[in-house]
Amino acid sequence: MGDIAKYLSDAGTRAALLDMLLDHVYLSLVPLVVSVVLAIVLGLLCHRFRQFNATLIGLSNIVYTIPSLALFAIIPALIGTRVLDPLNVIIALTVYTTALLVRPVAEALAAVPAHVTAAATAMGFRPLRRFLTVELPLSVPVLAAGVRVGSVSNISLVSVGALIGTGGLGTLFTDGFRQRYLAPIIIGIVLTLVLALVVDLLLVLLRNRLTPWARVVKP
Amino acid sequence: MIEFRDVTKRFDDGTTAVNGLNLVVEAGTITVFVGPSGCGKTTSLRMVNRMIDPTSGTVLVDGEDVLGVDPPTLRRGIGYVIQQAGLFPHRTVLDNVATVPLLTGWTRRKARQRAAELLELVGLPAELGRRYPVQLSGGQQQRVGVARALAADPPVLLMDEPFSAVDPVVREGLQDELLRLQAELDKTIVFVTHDIDEAIRIGEKVAVMRTGGVLAQYAPPAELLTRPADDFVAGFVGKDRGYRSLSFVDSSGVEVAEVATIAEGSAFESTSDWRLVVDADKRPQGWVAPDASVVPGGSLYEVGAPIRGALDSALSSPSGLGVVVDAEGRLAGVVTARQVLDVIESRRG
Repeated sequence: MGDIAKYLSDAGTRAALLDMLLDHVYLSLVPLVVSVVLAIVLGLLCHRFRQFNATLIGLSNIVYTIPSLALFAIIPALIGTRVLDPLNVIIALTVYTTALLVRPVAEALAAVPAHVTAAATAMGFRPLRRFLTVELPLSVPVLAAGVRVGSVSNISLVSVGALIGTGGLGTLFTDGFRQRYLAPIIIGIVLTLVLALVVDLLLVLLRNRLTPWARVVKP
Repeated sequence: MIEFRDVTKRFDDGTTAVNGLNLVVEAGTITVFVGPSGCGKTTSLRMVNRMIDPTSGTVLVDGEDVLGVDPPTLRRGIGYVIQQAGLFPHRTVLDNVATVPLLTGWTRRKARQRAAELLELVGLPAELGRRYPVQLSGGQQQRVGVARALAADPPVLLMDEPFSAVDPVVREGLQDELLRLQAELDKTIVFVTHDIDEAIRIGEKVAVMRTGGVLAQYAPPAELLTRPADDFVAGFVGKDRGYRSLSFVDSSGVEVAEVATIAEGSAFESTSDWRLVVDADKRPQGWVAPDASVVPGGSLYEVGAPIRGALDSALSSPSGLGVVVDAEGRLAGVVTARQVLDVIESRRG
């Protein structure tokens, strides 16, 4: 404990911690937002064109089995970014999270009752409007469950990026191990956990805001 | 007016859902498409608002070929009520009803105001408007479905088995409600059902369709019952069609007789006759048998209703005397089954 207090007493360290935390938030949440959009588009393709379904779901399963460290390292070779570019981590995590979310999105869209979509069509919704105002809102509960898993997974995976030198709280682990100094490691664990919990809480609040209808009490 | 001209629909798998349909749905009437599953009744309905397009032939609404109209625009002018109501689970009842007005560009405020009027029209309390569909009973959901279809005041209403998912008692209430609404609104309604009783109850004209999408008979319900076009129609309208056709026969000529009564609560002794117990307002309460036991009465027949009710009243009465009441439910007299049958027989001559 004394170690941790001493570690935290330095103003420069505290400023560095805040930077790492913000980096971590940025590196984990940008992929989350981008992949939600991508997964909705791909999920819609799966749902509308059944022939895509098996291919895309199979592909997303395979993507998810690639080790994260390997993916971080391969991406510069594939798209020509610099090895230390944070974009590598963002792209890799976007790929993972999209792979994670495609299946729930497709399943949620398929679970919208046929009589509801038929009624929407019969009342004169055009396809895009029907998707955005009927099918997508009804998919939010399932989508939100996937996004929560994705956010936790991203927040933990960003730490792995520290091994190839992209910032974030993972730097605390690499530094701590190199210097055989426990305080930054413990601080890193605590901050990562707190971040994951706070983001999860915000996601739950957002979901509840978007789906008041899902929690009404039946008479 | 809706007109089907030589309409045929063949699906990609080779099945013919509708085969050479020629039929005119008159404006301001309820027309029922009825038949077993696979007879093409729903397919025919869906060709009116282009949920399905015909393989050949023409569907006209008010003289205009529907194929010439952009589907969403066409559909916003045609009300549609679907089985299970098809309400949007994520929108309040009020916003569900406001859907089509909002689609056609009304302001939210005006659309909700209109939706509130419609809830009242279909007999739902205003406070239900704030609830979500899942909080409503099946019957209430169907009423909301009807209100939603009527929101933009379309001249044409398509109803696809709208009441088949609710229990029989609620269904009968919804049918009455529809007839009441129709008397008020005078829409052109096409109603699809597999239930011949429902078709006969609400249809001004009924199109009986057979498997393979062929129109078997298109006639008013009374005619279906008394003069079915062929064995298929006769079989489909059912074994007791003779009895049910009496629903369409008026009761003029049925004479009511007087009957001995006992005021409710007063003392009585055994006699050789059945006597009717009436309350202070002369409303029938049951029978006293010759052995002085009290027996519940049969069905009551209201003066002026179709003759089927008079016969049923006589047949269901423990005394064999059908009890006839006036519009206020007060005793008007009694009839026997023999009298009713004589009237029916004399009409044939």
